[in-house]
Amino acid sequence: MGLYNDKVMDHFFNPHNVGEIAEPDGAGTYGSPVCGDMMLITLKIDDNEIITDAKFKTYGCGTAVASSSMATDMIIGKSVEEALQVTNQQIIDELGGLPAIKVHCSVLAEHAIKSAIYDYAQKHGKTYEALEGFDPNAEEDDHSCGVDLSEE
Amino acid sequence: MRKVYLDYSATTPVKEEVVNAMIPYFTEAYGNPSSLYTAGLTAKDGVDKAREQVAALINAKPSEIFFTSCGTEADNWVLEGVADKLKSKGNHIITSKIEHHAILHTCSYLEEHGFKVTYLDVDSEGFVNPADLEAAITADTVLVSIMMVNNEIGTVEPIRELAQIAAKHGVLFHTDAVQGLGNIPIDVQELGVDFLSMSAHKIYGPKGTGALYIKQGRRLSNYMHGGAQEKKHRAGTENVAGIVGFGKAAELAAANLENHREHCTELRNYFWEKLKERVPDVSLNGPQDLAADRRHPGNLNVSFDYIEAESILLMLDMKYGISVSTGSACSSKSLEPSHVLTAAGVSIVKSNGTVRFTVGDFTTKEDIDYVVDAMSTIAAKLRELSPVAGMKGWE
Repeated sequence: MGLYNDKVMDHFFNPHNVGEIAEPDGAGTYGSPVCGDMMLITLKIDDNEIITDAKFKTYGCGTAVASSSMATDMIIGKSVEEALQVTNQQIIDELGGLPAIKVHCSVLAEHAIKSAIYDYAQKHGKTYEALEGFDPNAEEDDHSCGVDLSEE
Repeated sequence: MRKVYLDYSATTPVKEEVVNAMIPYFTEAYGNPSSLYTAGLTAKDGVDKAREQVAALINAKPSEIFFTSCGTEADNWVLEGVADKLKSKGNHIITSKIEHHAILHTCSYLEEHGFKVTYLDVDSEGFVNPADLEAAITADTVLVSIMMVNNEIGTVEPIRELAQIAAKHGVLFHTDAVQGLGNIPIDVQELGVDFLSMSAHKIYGPKGTGALYIKQGRRLSNYMHGGAQEKKHRAGTENVAGIVGFGKAAELAAANLENHREHCTELRNYFWEKLKERVPDVSLNGPQDLAADRRHPGNLNVSFDYIEAESILLMLDMKYGISVSTGSACSSKSLEPSHVLTAAGVSIVKSNGTVRFTVGDFTTKEDIDYVVDAMSTIAAKLRELSPVAGMKGWE
């Protein structure tokens, strides 16, 4: 019974790393309320390019919140290079699985992290191979937003 | 954990009197109503009595009531049956944009088979404009189907006026009254409808039983083919116990109608007053006038700004034992915004944060206080999580 497993529920009811870092070294948002989910991730990154803190604010369903909570947990303490290697599948695995129609929530978290690191790279004149061709303002065409606006 | 059920438009608990009326038809009077010996005739008597009870609830003749397996079957039957029967006369059907999927998806099916369907717009409160219906009728129109009460936003459509327009043009009129039955007074003579769909499980009866009212003299092709049940119009062995339960539920609904309406309206209005007081940035969808002739007495459809409905539903359910729907029940596992809210001009973003609460006969004032407390806590918690909370122009 239940739509989601206990781990997902726990991260939804008691999310980790909620909030917004003041004067972040990198900040990124992904998604929009129209799509039903939107994530803001802020990062504190030290001189050794280690992510010392990450916080999130998320508009969305239970899984979007759980994915944000898990994703921020996963990148704290990692180097920027390592954080860029985190995939949505790893977020799903750490959460113990997501229903198929909720997989896009993990994609959202992966993109929000990349957007925040992209912002950091821009501000600090850094380049990362994993960010090559990454466009933080790209439409969410690589994961279904679920709303077909073409019919409107 | 306390349990509060606030989804009476999805389904209702079966009343004890109804269960008690049904039980003998499982264990003692289990005969097939088509059989000619005593056990069969006893079962047939049960079905016939139920037919009288259901007919009485809508002021029809018992001979005009045809039992089906559910409201959806009644809707499918009338649309496909009339379309088929009258296909030599015309191929045009008129309905509204806010119908239940039982109507809309059947219309899509008919469109695939050569019929043309006009979907009437509704205003911001969900009302169909009778002038729009009149303008849409053509020489090819064979059927108009407009729901009596909307399942999501509770709008009570002007059925009498709409049916008169159809009749003036010699067009048959059907209404899906699944949400209206037992919630508003229904008199098919006064309404002037030709067909009307009903379901037992929305009026404290069992799931798996519905009925179609067919005005005497109106003809439509059969939908279920087989035996001679329901005067050769609807084949299949009768769900005897279910039908008996429907009959008992209809009898109770007729007797309780005024009390039920008063009870629900009072609680729903109290709910909305308290909710507005305790939770900022909420808006009511559907008719703003809460009078019971305009809006379903138990329906409260609310958009919560800055937050998303599924997360509200999850918290209400798992932390507080409260059952509600997001938008419409059929949409709760899909990511599509509600077609009803969209048709009423509610933005996709507001639609994403919309919850439907419906109170019913077993709801108490204490339940409402508990739910308002829970909603106040949940809205605050989710807004704290939300990156768009309080943001100007967040939509």
